[in-house]
Amino acid sequence: MTAAGLREPPAAKALLIAAAVIYIAVMLLLPLGAVLYEALRQGWNAWVSAVTDSDARESIKLTLIVAAISVPLNTIFGIAAAWAVAKFQFRGKTALIALIELPFSVSPVVSGLVFVLLFGAQGWFGPWLERHDIRIIFALPGLVLATLFVTFPFVARQLIPLMSAQGSADEEAALTLGASGWQAFWRVTLPNIRFGLLYGVLLCNARAMGEFGAVSVVSGHIRGETNTMPLQVEALYNDYDFVAAFAVASLLALLALVTLALKSALEWRYREELAAIH
Amino acid sequence: MSIRVERVSKSFSAYPALGDVSLTVRDGEFVALLGPSGSGKTTLLRILAGLEVPEAGKVWFGERDVTRDKPASRGIGFVFQHYALFGHMTVARNIAFGLDVMRRGSRPPKRDIAARVHQLLELVQLPGLGNRYPSQLSGGQRQRVALARALARNPRILLLDEPFGALDAKVRRELRVALRQIHDELGLTSIFVTHDQEEAFALADRVALLNQGRVEQFDAPAEIAANPASAFVTSFLE
Repeated sequence: MTAAGLREPPAAKALLIAAAVIYIAVMLLLPLGAVLYEALRQGWNAWVSAVTDSDARESIKLTLIVAAISVPLNTIFGIAAAWAVAKFQFRGKTALIALIELPFSVSPVVSGLVFVLLFGAQGWFGPWLERHDIRIIFALPGLVLATLFVTFPFVARQLIPLMSAQGSADEEAALTLGASGWQAFWRVTLPNIRFGLLYGVLLCNARAMGEFGAVSVVSGHIRGETNTMPLQVEALYNDYDFVAAFAVASLLALLALVTLALKSALEWRYREELAAIH
Repeated sequence: MSIRVERVSKSFSAYPALGDVSLTVRDGEFVALLGPSGSGKTTLLRILAGLEVPEAGKVWFGERDVTRDKPASRGIGFVFQHYALFGHMTVARNIAFGLDVMRRGSRPPKRDIAARVHQLLELVQLPGLGNRYPSQLSGGQRQRVALARALARNPRILLLDEPFGALDAKVRRELRVALRQIHDELGLTSIFVTHDQEEAFALADRVALLNQGRVEQFDAPAEIAANPASAFVTSFLE
């Protein structure tokens, strides 16, 4: 919508567009290009050997495992939370919504420290865990917990406005037509939210694989064991092994590009549905 | 199938939506629930459908106490105010929904479902539109699809919430006639909610006039017009 009174002179328009393009180029494209350039500076073979190095391979594997556990769990929790908020009236609803957003406003370092405080050797449950020979901190469960905490809001936040706007009429229709609650969910609710859900899952996944702060606190930085990809990048960088550091980093950057491409593809595929929502 | 509402009450937090309502609808009757907004007419309809459970009182369908039955097991068809068609399904899949979700043992074979969908599209005068999506239909067409979908499992009772509310006057008149015909042809017992007095009087065998969660009068339109039971009825009819 362009109101007649808001029409800028052509010079201002050109200036604004130039400013936006330059800013994006300097702040986004340049770093991304730099990562790829540095990663490939010593050639393709160096890049391949850097990302197939055993520690690098372990870090990729660990990152995939952490994401494979935390993304589905947060998808289920996210749907449940959004359902509760959007379709029911209850006391403390506003507080619940604020709580769902909490991980976004807490520093990731704190998010990690919380779990060290709870499950670390000196933590509340530390002695009990030690007696039963259960390792959480400096092990996979800690990485998963920290990632779960940090990535919790993505799916829920995506779905709450969507499900609130849709109301419950479709589900009620399904019930009066003889569907069970489960059938109503799979055949009506899920298709109704599929776009928002996919979008939320993509963002959740990108963050789960890319998270540094919270994971760094609980990881213990054992190479080939508890280093996820972002931690591996840091470790390699601290070793002055720049080519390897940027090679692993380029994989993470690639993930961001794939996420972006998928998101755009989804937006294009469901553009009519999106237009109907907005 | 006859419907008996026995001293039903329902409140939402502090404000009473229905207070001690009793009502008997005869088998085959076409009844309008008429009243201003907030009179409890939609709440009563939702209680009949099983979408709300009353705090007190009972609902009988024929000899069966259905007060606590789930919507799915009541043998009703329900048409929602804004139709609630499933946007991601074609018209045919929308209409078939009630049959598609049946248990494997009792679900009709695919051919029979397709034949039933075809028959229902004929009934609501939309032959050949099965492959469209709801977003490609006009308001009146959506309404007809919603009606066909509600009838797929052969309900004995049809409940409609403001069925013509969102339509323009001409379409509204056409649909009224169509609905009345289908009601008579299938031998249904139908109850519809409306705030439009003219519509209620034109279409219904009997009209229940609700005000603030109570039934002020339940009679044939001519009887209500001739002998209003209360000052509210008189003023509402003006």
